[in-house]
Amino acid sequence: MAKITFITQDNDTITAEATTGTVMELAVDNGVQGIDGDCGGVCSCATCHVHVRPEDFEKTGGPNDIEKDMLELDDEVSEYSRLTCQLDVSEALDGIILKVAH
Amino acid sequence: MSQSDHPDPFKEARTNTGVQEIDDQNDPVAMVLRLKDVRKCARNWETYSSQARAGRIVVPSEVNIRDIRQVPFELDPPLHGEFRQIMDPWFKRPLEEGYQNALREQIRTLIQAANNSDAVEAVHDFSLPLQSRALTLLLNVPFEEAETYISWGTHVFRSEDNPLDAGKAQVLYDYIDQKMDEAEANPGDDLFSVLLASTVEGRPVTREEVMGAIVLTFAGGRDTVINMVTNTLAYLADHPEALERLRSEPEIHRRAIEELIRYFSPLTHMGRVATEESSVCEHAVKKDSRISLCWASANRDDTVFERPNEVVLDRKVNPHISFGFGHHNCLGATHARTILKILIEELCENVGRIQIKDQEENIEHWGPFDRKVGYNNIQLAFDALTS
Repeated sequence: MAKITFITQDNDTITAEATTGTVMELAVDNGVQGIDGDCGGVCSCATCHVHVRPEDFEKTGGPNDIEKDMLELDDEVSEYSRLTCQLDVSEALDGIILKVAH
Repeated sequence: MSQSDHPDPFKEARTNTGVQEIDDQNDPVAMVLRLKDVRKCARNWETYSSQARAGRIVVPSEVNIRDIRQVPFELDPPLHGEFRQIMDPWFKRPLEEGYQNALREQIRTLIQAANNSDAVEAVHDFSLPLQSRALTLLLNVPFEEAETYISWGTHVFRSEDNPLDAGKAQVLYDYIDQKMDEAEANPGDDLFSVLLASTVEGRPVTREEVMGAIVLTFAGGRDTVINMVTNTLAYLADHPEALERLRSEPEIHRRAIEELIRYFSPLTHMGRVATEESSVCEHAVKKDSRISLCWASANRDDTVFERPNEVVLDRKVNPHISFGFGHHNCLGATHARTILKILIEELCENVGRIQIKDQEENIEHWGPFDRKVGYNNIQLAFDALTS
């Protein structure tokens, strides 16, 4: 079980829990504004972009090359950017805070 | 090679030079072939503009057959973004339950008719009515309007034998004009009325802009959706094991949808006009010349995709650009994905097996490249699922 917090562009805070699936799916299931997941989670659409709270970045780790290539071309990219479809929910992510990028 | 394969004609040029210049009515086009280059150019609207003369970013160019600017497709930021803000929520309606229920009913009816026939010519008797009926949901107009759309054939803009037929485009313009008249006289909750009541730049949207947005809705989702549906049927006919797998593993459907869309790449490419001197892969791009963003080639780029020429139904990481990339990404993508999702679900539910009886491929010709984009016609025999 992992508890994950999303902060939207409107500064709404949504905390949700899951044991399986991806962080993108968790966000979509909980109606997090700004996380659309249009492509269903195959790293094609970049509509699930977040900035990981810096102190949580060790827990999520950084993006792989394909994800990095997607993020590089996003206006809101930062050194803490991740696409949540590429983050699998696990105990390791418990307590992290994600700021929705769009 | 089997009947449902779509070979990659771009590999050699993509690997060797990354760019291929082709002629188009004396307005040449430099086709950009590698995934990363295509994405970078797509994003760089300041250098590679969509707001050229109406029709010029389309390949083959439509400058000689239309003056109507398609909206927001042939606009650059910031006006482009204002139109997207109006149109994006409308084009997300396919996510709504009621929309999907209506679409499911439409698709199930077609599948049941196919199950009850010896064979069906899928392009004109399955995919064309499917696309036309689904379009009534997207526009939110009465179902009966689909009969008119079906009567226009597989291209709303082009005759079967002439890709640049101005007379045919006029039929569509006349229809849209009439619908706008009706919406002005008696506003409803259809896309015509919604757009006519909208504002951009602090002023009302003009009739010409509404015309451009509706033309885009008709043209952009026509042969692309028809090919996507037909190609999916052909693939499942050729690969009965894939249909069985989709039936037993519903959890892979979303990945399968993206993979089929990557593999088929229904739109081969889309142009841009350079606003300044530039270069792609050491190929000089002159000011006011054209490049094209070749989605179909990029989607087979083996520096990004493993086994790019295979359909891997559960491909996990699939950064395809079949719906384009950047701020001009496909407005109809949600509608298209929803159609494919429901089509696959209903085939799994109702069809035991599909067989290809006869087919004629639809091959596009772009300079040195011959690309199969779908079928001119394909006879398919459906067997109902027996439990």
